[in-house]
Amino acid sequence: MARAITTQRKTINTLFAWAVGLIIFFPILWIFVLSFKSEGDAIKAPFEVLTSAWTLDSYATVQDRSDYFKHFWNSVTIAVGSTLLGILVAVPAAWSMAFVPSKRTRGILMWMLSTKMLPAVGVLYPIYIGFIKLGLLDTRIGLVIVLMLINLPIIVWMLYTYFKEIPGEILEAARMDGAGLREEVMYVLTPMAVPGIASTLLLNVILAWNEAFWTLNLTAAKAAPLTAFIASYSSPEGLFYAKLSAASVMAIAPILIMGWFSQKQLVRGLTFGAVK
Amino acid sequence: MGQIHLKQVTKRFGEVEVISPLDLEIEDGEFVVFVGPSGCGKSTLLRLIAGLEDVSGGHIMIDGQDATEVPPAKRGLAMVFQSYALYPHMSVRKNIAFPLRMAGLDQAEQNRRVEDAAKVLNLTDYLDRRPGQLSGGQRQRVAIGRAIVREPAAFLFDEPLSNLDAALRVGMRLEISELHKRLSTTMIYVTHDQVEAMTMADKIVVLQAGVIEQVGSPLELYRKPRNTFVAGFIGSPTMNLLEGAEAAKHGAATIGIRPEHITISTEVGDWEGTVGVSEHLGSDTFFHINCPAFEKPLTVRASGELSLKYGAKVMLTPDLQHLHRFDAQGLRIE
Repeated sequence: MARAITTQRKTINTLFAWAVGLIIFFPILWIFVLSFKSEGDAIKAPFEVLTSAWTLDSYATVQDRSDYFKHFWNSVTIAVGSTLLGILVAVPAAWSMAFVPSKRTRGILMWMLSTKMLPAVGVLYPIYIGFIKLGLLDTRIGLVIVLMLINLPIIVWMLYTYFKEIPGEILEAARMDGAGLREEVMYVLTPMAVPGIASTLLLNVILAWNEAFWTLNLTAAKAAPLTAFIASYSSPEGLFYAKLSAASVMAIAPILIMGWFSQKQLVRGLTFGAVK
Repeated sequence: MGQIHLKQVTKRFGEVEVISPLDLEIEDGEFVVFVGPSGCGKSTLLRLIAGLEDVSGGHIMIDGQDATEVPPAKRGLAMVFQSYALYPHMSVRKNIAFPLRMAGLDQAEQNRRVEDAAKVLNLTDYLDRRPGQLSGGQRQRVAIGRAIVREPAAFLFDEPLSNLDAALRVGMRLEISELHKRLSTTMIYVTHDQVEAMTMADKIVVLQAGVIEQVGSPLELYRKPRNTFVAGFIGSPTMNLLEGAEAAKHGAATIGIRPEHITISTEVGDWEGTVGVSEHLGSDTFFHINCPAFEKPLTVRASGELSLKYGAKVMLTPDLQHLHRFDAQGLRIE
């Protein structure tokens, strides 16, 4: 029998859920509102902010002062580049861990995950020095490499869980049918894992897009992505709420839109294996 | 050609020896069945022949060539798996064509062979469906189709019918036997079901704990089991194996007598007993008779016409010509 819930109870629960949702969403909503206000109106009391005039001035100023599209392209290159490079490395790694595991596979997987528990700032100094010596500082390729390495454990783990779901007998059948390793991965494993690979791609593009620590520390002007673009508006000489908000909206809009359209894939990716 | 010789083939997983050094000769065109209880190593042996597992020792010769180190793709064998192992993202046509595509055959030749196989297996109407849209029997036929088109040296079947329901299983059993008659290609078939083994095989290999207990034709195994294990495993219902004074009377540690070799009577006979459970199959009836002389009840096969009440007193007479005698080690005494 399904659990009985009274209508009254249901209404209270729904209201409560909406309230929590709104509180979580409020900062983003407020940034959105402020981005359409003048600098003078943006610092007024909340109610006055809402009733003041709406304007696109902040967006125009932001685009004028710092080239949005340059940062946008940097973000795209770094996010997509690091994800694709990561997949290229992770597919063979996950394949071998899922289908030819050794005694140490479990340990390697845990060790890889443990690197995510290390505070990033702990390795900032050696990486920074390394970047200077290698001439990678403030280059997109440098960031692509660093973000790929940072997200690699997650990519490998996700692909590993997907691959584990594929019955080994199907791959053995492919081997019996005359497929070599390359054909087996190309024609059988990868097409079967497409939903998994797609959600891994999506999640990692988002993670790389939002990554701020490394992008802020390893770039100056040339390779700076949108995270650095936002940060440049929180300046010591006083805050410009409206412009900062406009910059933030411009930075998060693309990934938000992408996330919205691919939410089904994303949810499936994040909960994969939890329910059969 | 499809001649497969195993020479001292051994398989160990770590410290555990799952296949003890073993010799076996499978001749071209033979239908060989590996049968044994679960865990006896029959599937492992098949996988060793396929190349899906590496041998720990010994050699596998296919058509006179040492194939021990040859990868599965190059052995020229085709395998049908228990789970069918079809490619779920491909249509039936593409599934069947996959091995041909891997072999680099041109499109026209691929199509011709796929259509031929589909005709043989009654799959023509399903060629554009995905495996998910097929029934269990149809999926199994696709798996067989995928094996046929390669024109392999030998077919390997790993318990191919165990996922099917009873009625379908009998049908598919006939289809596979029919296929063997038509293609005359070597087939190696793994099953735990001794009825499948008896009905399909030219040669049965009985395995237990990684050791071959006996190799022979179904009737050889039935008539002359080499030991008590084979005697008890082959035949349904199983042979009555009796120990004690009655066995000693025949100069053996154990005697075996099949249910059809015992006559049942209400008046005269050698062994006295009472009727237990009766199983009526229509044509035959199996009576389980409790005899004070033996620990376990005896199974007796009688005509379907005969009807005996539970608890009725009966007399049993074994047909001494068909009595099997085994020594203390369980080996047959001739």
